Amino acid sequence: MNYISSDLKVVGTRPIRPDGVDKVTGRAIFAADTRASGMLWGKILRSPHAHARIVSIDTSKAEALKGVYAVVTSKDFPEIASEEAFVGEGPMNFRDLSDNIMARGKALYEGHAIAAVAATTAAIADEALALIDVTYEVLPHVIDVDEAMQPGAPVLHADMFTAGVNPKPATPSNIAKVVTFKKGDIDAGFAEADVIFEDSYTTKPVHQAYIEPHACLATYAPDGQVTIHASSQGHFMIRAYTAKLLGIDMAQIRVNPAEIGGGFGGKTLIYLEPVAVALSRKSGKSVKMQMTREEVFRGSGPTSGASVTVKLGAKKDGTIVAAQQVLKFQAGAYAGSPIGPGCMCGFAMYDIPNIDVLGYDVVSNRPKVAAYRAPGAPISSFAVECAVDDLARKLGIDPLVIREKNAAVNGTKTHYGPTHSNIGFTQVLEATRAHPHWKAPLKEGHGRGLAVGFWFNIGGESSATVHINEDGTVMVATGSPDIGGSRASMGMMAAEVLGIPVSKVKAIVADTASIGFTFLTGGSRVTFATGMAVTQATEKVVDQLKARAAATWDIPVDAVEWKDGKAYPAGTNAGAFEPLDLAAIALKQGRTGGPINAEVSVNAQGAGAGFGAHICDVAVDKETGKVDIIRYTAIQDVGKAIHPSYVEGQIQGGAAQGIGWALSEEYIYNAKGQMDNPGFLDYRCPVASDLPMIEAVLVEVPNPRHPFGARGVGEVPIVPPMAAISNAIKGAIGLRMPDLPMSPPKIRAAVDAAG
Amino acid sequence: MPKVVLSSGSASLAFTGGVTEFEVEATSFRRLILELDKRFPGLGTQVEESMAVAIDGEIFQDAYSAELRPGSEIVLIPKIGGG
Amino acid sequence: MSKSHVTTTINGEAAEFLCETQQTLLDVLRDVVGLTGAKEGCASGDCGACSVLIDGTLVCSCLVLGVEAEGKSITTIEGIAQGDHLHPIQQKFLEHAALQCGFCTPGLIVATKALLDENPNPTETEARYWLAGNLCRCTGYDKVIRAVMDAAAVMRGETV
Repeated sequence: MNYISSDLKVVGTRPIRPDGVDKVTGRAIFAADTRASGMLWGKILRSPHAHARIVSIDTSKAEALKGVYAVVTSKDFPEIASEEAFVGEGPMNFRDLSDNIMARGKALYEGHAIAAVAATTAAIADEALALIDVTYEVLPHVIDVDEAMQPGAPVLHADMFTAGVNPKPATPSNIAKVVTFKKGDIDAGFAEADVIFEDSYTTKPVHQAYIEPHACLATYAPDGQVTIHASSQGHFMIRAYTAKLLGIDMAQIRVNPAEIGGGFGGKTLIYLEPVAVALSRKSGKSVKMQMTREEVFRGSGPTSGASVTVKLGAKKDGTIVAAQQVLKFQAGAYAGSPIGPGCMCGFAMYDIPNIDVLGYDVVSNRPKVAAYRAPGAPISSFAVECAVDDLARKLGIDPLVIREKNAAVNGTKTHYGPTHSNIGFTQVLEATRAHPHWKAPLKEGHGRGLAVGFWFNIGGESSATVHINEDGTVMVATGSPDIGGSRASMGMMAAEVLGIPVSKVKAIVADTASIGFTFLTGGSRVTFATGMAVTQATEKVVDQLKARAAATWDIPVDAVEWKDGKAYPAGTNAGAFEPLDLAAIALKQGRTGGPINAEVSVNAQGAGAGFGAHICDVAVDKETGKVDIIRYTAIQDVGKAIHPSYVEGQIQGGAAQGIGWALSEEYIYNAKGQMDNPGFLDYRCPVASDLPMIEAVLVEVPNPRHPFGARGVGEVPIVPPMAAISNAIKGAIGLRMPDLPMSPPKIRAAVDAAG
Repeated sequence: MPKVVLSSGSASLAFTGGVTEFEVEATSFRRLILELDKRFPGLGTQVEESMAVAIDGEIFQDAYSAELRPGSEIVLIPKIGGG
Repeated sequence: MSKSHVTTTINGEAAEFLCETQQTLLDVLRDVVGLTGAKEGCASGDCGACSVLIDGTLVCSCLVLGVEAEGKSITTIEGIAQGDHLHPIQQKFLEHAALQCGFCTPGLIVATKALLDENPNPTETEARYWLAGNLCRCTGYDKVIRAVMDAAAVMRGETV
């Protein structure tokens, strides 16, 4: 059933979220807050070298230390054959994943896990780490993506032969794969262009920088039952990966989803849980592990740094006739950067007849890349949106006009295959043109930038259960960890379908033993896919409620209708019965046929793509190089905002992360390949005084594939900010900053170079 | 007959020996996978396990139950994750 | 090494605990006293997730030793509400949806209380600079600042 044109009473309002009071009083339990009686503290020894052969590991002194109960190395994990599987947020090679959580043979980045201990206190565990003797043979390292691609660069994997190249190369390299996407005839396109613009851009690795470090509590009981409390974007993913990496049946593992303190894609991989389980198995006690902030930076999954070139050809009137892009992405220590989406997203919002995109997935001696909000798209769009902006300047055309002129519409065939349908990009551009920010007068010395963005959004597998309690209140359980307020939306959708106040509905996140399989929280999929499961389960419950009313009145079930929380006889012919409300039916559910509930599992297809446009005003201090964001407006097609406050929150949060990516965040490596800034002081995320209010404008072009029209919203907003800011800086000081971050030293250097 | 299109440079080209476009007799996605494996051994499995498809313009991460019309165009694309 | 015995007041109640000299107040609160509301985000005083008040002064409890609590009065997030009566700051954070994952929320609320105790009528800029020591990665601070300004108005009696 579809409620897109319905008169909605709950969906679209802003109730207080069900987990809110716990979170503002400090009662909410995150993984680091969990305890078990007699638990040990687990700590990981990490490689200080960016690239080294592990010659030997001597753990004997650590094992002998009083208070140490277990020490593990890669010997304690089964060897896994190279195997590609799509289990999680990207193609996953389990051999690589196993190697990443505990190095086997080689340390491939500074921070790579080498060994782990479990001891009675964290202090003793730290002492034990210092007693582990590791003999390394330090090897030359390479981090920068262009350098890693050079012949003669240190090669990380002797068995890496570039895929996607014909014939297959004879010698190994750091280029894991090459991908291309083409549309039309690029040479013909450039030949007919009146004006051509091209430029090169670079970005540095940045971290998702969730404030909560990775943490878990694991217990391996004597009978082989494993219990894990983890803060993760996917407890089913944790179960699957732990089972795979340790060779345990999934039924033996129960993962409880603790509250999660931010993820943004960085917690869709696994780092600690298999190690904690291995330590628990060896020690016979529960093991608690939490990363320090330094470990998070050095040992989890920052996104790619990249090198991108863009070449555009256009007619004098602004029609873009040719678009070419080459992207080189760091994958980190193992193959698997988001090069595919990077190649697909940059031009996805334009209708261009001739497109040629080439992408390289390149390994280098830095942590394995993990997903980060619209993986690949922010980097790709930074380059494209700066280039479109400069092309517009070259043509003497307004930046909004050039987007309007070349905008993708329903029916536009993308360069990666699908044809856009049910998209809202035109409406987003209309809202941009109509917005007061676009017309507001600009102060002297300030600059204004515009950039647009796209993300596919995904659906996938979700399960939901809806139960009617004996008093007529309702439980909604799903398998989706709540990272942004989704529990509120789940409860609201169920309340809407039942026609009852949302205060009567309680939404929870159930553990892996208590709900059907649910794919992880990410890809902007929960409101879409899990919401679909919740809605369908609630509809099944409504069918049962109608059936019970029909039985009570002894009339056919199709003579009953359900409205506003009550069963009514449908029309006067059905009989003059008083309506039966949910509580009345619930009270008798045992007698009338048994408990009323429904579980639905879906593999939701048809996720609606999201488009956004950001307008940014900046002031640039040419003396200090500091850029101040004066005004920021983020306009996005959200389909249907189930809970508008949390939709706005996603947009504001994504924009803020993009602003940090643009102006101050970067991994800084020393000559030895070690990170110089693994802390929040020198890895500079935006703070409250860096930002103005961020106005989020919700455009609603419903996605007909979701019962309420919702589209995913969380990822699109991180795509436009970097280019919007570079475009604004160009407007303010007349200089293009093509390298991220556009930090004060870089701005000063550019100002000085310009004379 | 439905037409299958591979983007050039895709790892799937290794299975087709460089062929980027071909027709396949199938009315359902399930049949398509079987036919792909018959024609280019391993390609069907590759598509099923690690690729998404766009059928007549619409992206399916899992197209198991999708139906194909006589003129359907099926484009093989990388699976899309998220963050 | 033997532990120190510390006598202190936590959230208005007399408290005592044993701790190692090198244990931070944050670790003591979480692992010894059992108050897990204050969070470890960085352990280096850069993120504010561990914010508590000591004799009314805002501090990062990861930069304070447990033994320094001797004779002082500590306020944590658990002491902000009065029984089941939420503080206006907490109420406004909920109404404005000023939290998403909620991890930085305890620190932000304690820091906001310190702000409004000192300056009941801050400007938006003053609020932003005061809270610059509390990192939030989810919200972009917009709704947080709105909640703070609204809570300030409630506490001044100008609105409900």
